[in-house]
Amino acid sequence: MTSLFLLQLLNGVQLGILLFLIAAGLTLVFGIMDFVNLAHGVIYMVGAYLVVSLSAWTGSYGWGLLLVLPATLLIGLLAEALIFRRLYDRPHLDQVLATFGLVMIVTELVEIIWGTSPLLVTAPDALSGSIPLMGPLRYPVFRLVVIGAGLLTAVGLWLVITRTRIGMRLRAGASNRAMVAALGVDIGRLFTVIFAFGAMLAGFAGALVAPILSVDPGMGESVLILAFVVIVIGGIGSVKGAFAGALLVGLVDTLGRSFGPIVLRSVMEPSAAAQTGRVLAPMLVYLLMAAILAARPQGLFGARP
Amino acid sequence: MIRALRQRRVAATLLFLAFALLPIIAAAAGDPYLVIVATRILAFAIAALALDLILGYGGMVSFGHAAYLGIGAYSVAILSGAGVTDLGAHLAAAVVAGALFALLTGAISLRTRGIYFIMITLAFAQMAYFFFVSLSAYGGDDGVTLAARSTVLGRDWLRDDRVLYYTALALLVGLYLLCVAITGSRFGRVLTGTRENPVRMEAVGFTPFRYQLTAFVISGAMTAVAGVMLANQASYVSPAFMNWHRSGELVVMVVLGGIGNLLGAIAGATLALLLEEWLAVLTDHWPLIFGTLLILVVMFSRDGLTGLFRGRRG
Amino acid sequence: MSLLSVRGLRKSYGALKVTDDLDLEVAEGELHAIIGPNGAGKSTLIAQLSGQARSDGGSVRFAGAEMMGKPMPARVRAGMSRSFQITSILPAFTVLDNVAVAVQARDGSSFRFLRSVAREARLNEQAMQALAQVGLQDRADLRAGSLSHGEKRALELAIALATRPRLLLLDEPLAGTSGAEAERLVEVMAALKGRVTLVLIEHDMDAVFALADRISVLVYGRIVATGTPDQVRADPKVRAAYLGDG
Repeated sequence: MTSLFLLQLLNGVQLGILLFLIAAGLTLVFGIMDFVNLAHGVIYMVGAYLVVSLSAWTGSYGWGLLLVLPATLLIGLLAEALIFRRLYDRPHLDQVLATFGLVMIVTELVEIIWGTSPLLVTAPDALSGSIPLMGPLRYPVFRLVVIGAGLLTAVGLWLVITRTRIGMRLRAGASNRAMVAALGVDIGRLFTVIFAFGAMLAGFAGALVAPILSVDPGMGESVLILAFVVIVIGGIGSVKGAFAGALLVGLVDTLGRSFGPIVLRSVMEPSAAAQTGRVLAPMLVYLLMAAILAARPQGLFGARP
Repeated sequence: MIRALRQRRVAATLLFLAFALLPIIAAAAGDPYLVIVATRILAFAIAALALDLILGYGGMVSFGHAAYLGIGAYSVAILSGAGVTDLGAHLAAAVVAGALFALLTGAISLRTRGIYFIMITLAFAQMAYFFFVSLSAYGGDDGVTLAARSTVLGRDWLRDDRVLYYTALALLVGLYLLCVAITGSRFGRVLTGTRENPVRMEAVGFTPFRYQLTAFVISGAMTAVAGVMLANQASYVSPAFMNWHRSGELVVMVVLGGIGNLLGAIAGATLALLLEEWLAVLTDHWPLIFGTLLILVVMFSRDGLTGLFRGRRG
Repeated sequence: MSLLSVRGLRKSYGALKVTDDLDLEVAEGELHAIIGPNGAGKSTLIAQLSGQARSDGGSVRFAGAEMMGKPMPARVRAGMSRSFQITSILPAFTVLDNVAVAVQARDGSSFRFLRSVAREARLNEQAMQALAQVGLQDRADLRAGSLSHGEKRALELAIALATRPRLLLLDEPLAGTSGAEAERLVEVMAALKGRVTLVLIEHDMDAVFALADRISVLVYGRIVATGTPDQVRADPKVRAAYLGDG
């Protein structure tokens, strides 16, 4: 029981880290630019597909992963320059429609290029084993690597935001856009940087988890909506909030699915508990979001309601 | 203002007349499939109409309205499964369930605005989606095929595609007239005012939240009605009805026809679905073209789609 | 007997005390002007009195009832209305509908869904009366957004009047108006005197000293002096803090 709990705890953290990588860029785009981007999930998906192809091309997952970074950065830059830049001062409705159109296009393109059946990429041999965790329990090395890489990225992001000039501008911009403009910061360039960087993080996340998930055209969607939940919980524009929200969502979702029925069994008969647990578990994170919003409409770390 | 309303009345009469004549034309053309496609259009028109009530008049960009389509559709599946096949009962259950879900999620979503509102409505719709995915008794992910269409007064009149079509048309016309009345009423004026300037409305003594939530509930209930018709049209119900792409398509429909004039939503639904049908005949990759059109129109018309299709109105 | 009685009202933004233990008494029927240098906290005070901004502490009693903690709509329904420094109207509505919606707010329920509101003669008549009070009756059918700036300021006033307030809080009603426009608005306010209790914040000193029964001087979130225009003009504290430089 304890060991199962530990295992699921690690899985929850791993999902949380993944969500953080996706939500970190997105929350800045939402907070600083007041821009709704529905196309962030497809960048994550493209990252995963690219790592499949690039790994095959270079013969190594490591090189593939490394190449995904500039590739998705470039995609982010292009999308920003061609489409998003023209929509910053538009109503949210227009932004929603245009990015929704982009989702349709990219999803379709992915299906044309890579097909609809799930693809696989294998982790390097050195990382494909598992290590003992506790007693007979073992945990896949690669999942630990994912957690580690995610945490490193989080630390790096935290350093950038708290210790650098651009980070200072980001923080100021997230809480008060007019002020940053008044300080004479080139908002246009700041937006481009954030956007492209956010796309790169999402692409990185997709490439990172490609070996443990199946790479398919639907993978971006569920993650996008979970990232929204993360952002709403953490508070728009707050990277700290995105981190807290992501871990919370990752843990609640993972633990809820595995332990929900067990907990329910203490209050109802086993078959009913299994049934209720199966229905409730996928809804838990949304109920969590509802509860947090009811108490704090601005989210855990959000400044504005 | 008065003239615009009169023009709308003429346009509505013509549009509904065209819909009424369609089965006759389809019969003459020897293409009964047309009636089935048109029933689907009518169902989506009801949903788009309901969405326009809150999006166009209330300024609430709900990106989760497909949830109510699903709730309506599953009302049919669940009641039929339990042996209740009456259309009236299906509609009543759908309205109550849709209203309830709208009340609960709206009360929370409406504490926020802007981007938050869009994301939260989307998230709640996804919650509804997962709920029905995990209902294994109703097929889970795969959904469930309906044994038969809803009955009226114990008779299976709706088995005839044309009867189903006219039933959907009657519902659409009725709900359209209801929406016209609502938007022209005291309530409608307050709702429109909260879209224009919520602080102003507070400063004359209104609490916007109450009016927005009421409109949200009405819209949710109406969209569930559309779900009932959609389930009957397809004779099949699945969680795919509430996929978030569906929510996006509903928003596209409303905007395509011009937001905030009700008739535009109906025209937009018709236009979007015909475009889809037509593009699907041309190529399997129709979303590519549809998405490109969407982006181009939003980017290159000054006021977005709204401006392009609004024409000389307003 | 005071219609509005403010005791120990406080509000801070961080370390900055915008409203600092403020006391204010407004008598029924008077036109009470509040003047003070820029940044004295005048607009914040109006926001706090109207319920738009949350206060950190203190008491706001209106007609004997405590208003603290009540949101803006509740205060409006109790009889306290306000106008905005930055014009706040419904630009897509007609001028008449801008005012009629304010009438509607106090005249019956607005949870009526089927009857056409445009045909409710009682609402439109009362709205026309309010428009006539500010001289906008022949603009009734225009889109509010198409009015000139001065006309929008007058509409702002008409909307507030249409709520039939006992107390009207006016936040710089003359802001941005030209000479002729301002004159007309001053006439409107003069005509209102005695019929509605008015709290007026205004930078135009000629208007203030011509209209006010009493004036309070707000400096750094506190009232430093209250009196008739003549008393305030003569008060050395006021001259030092505010009028001295002009």
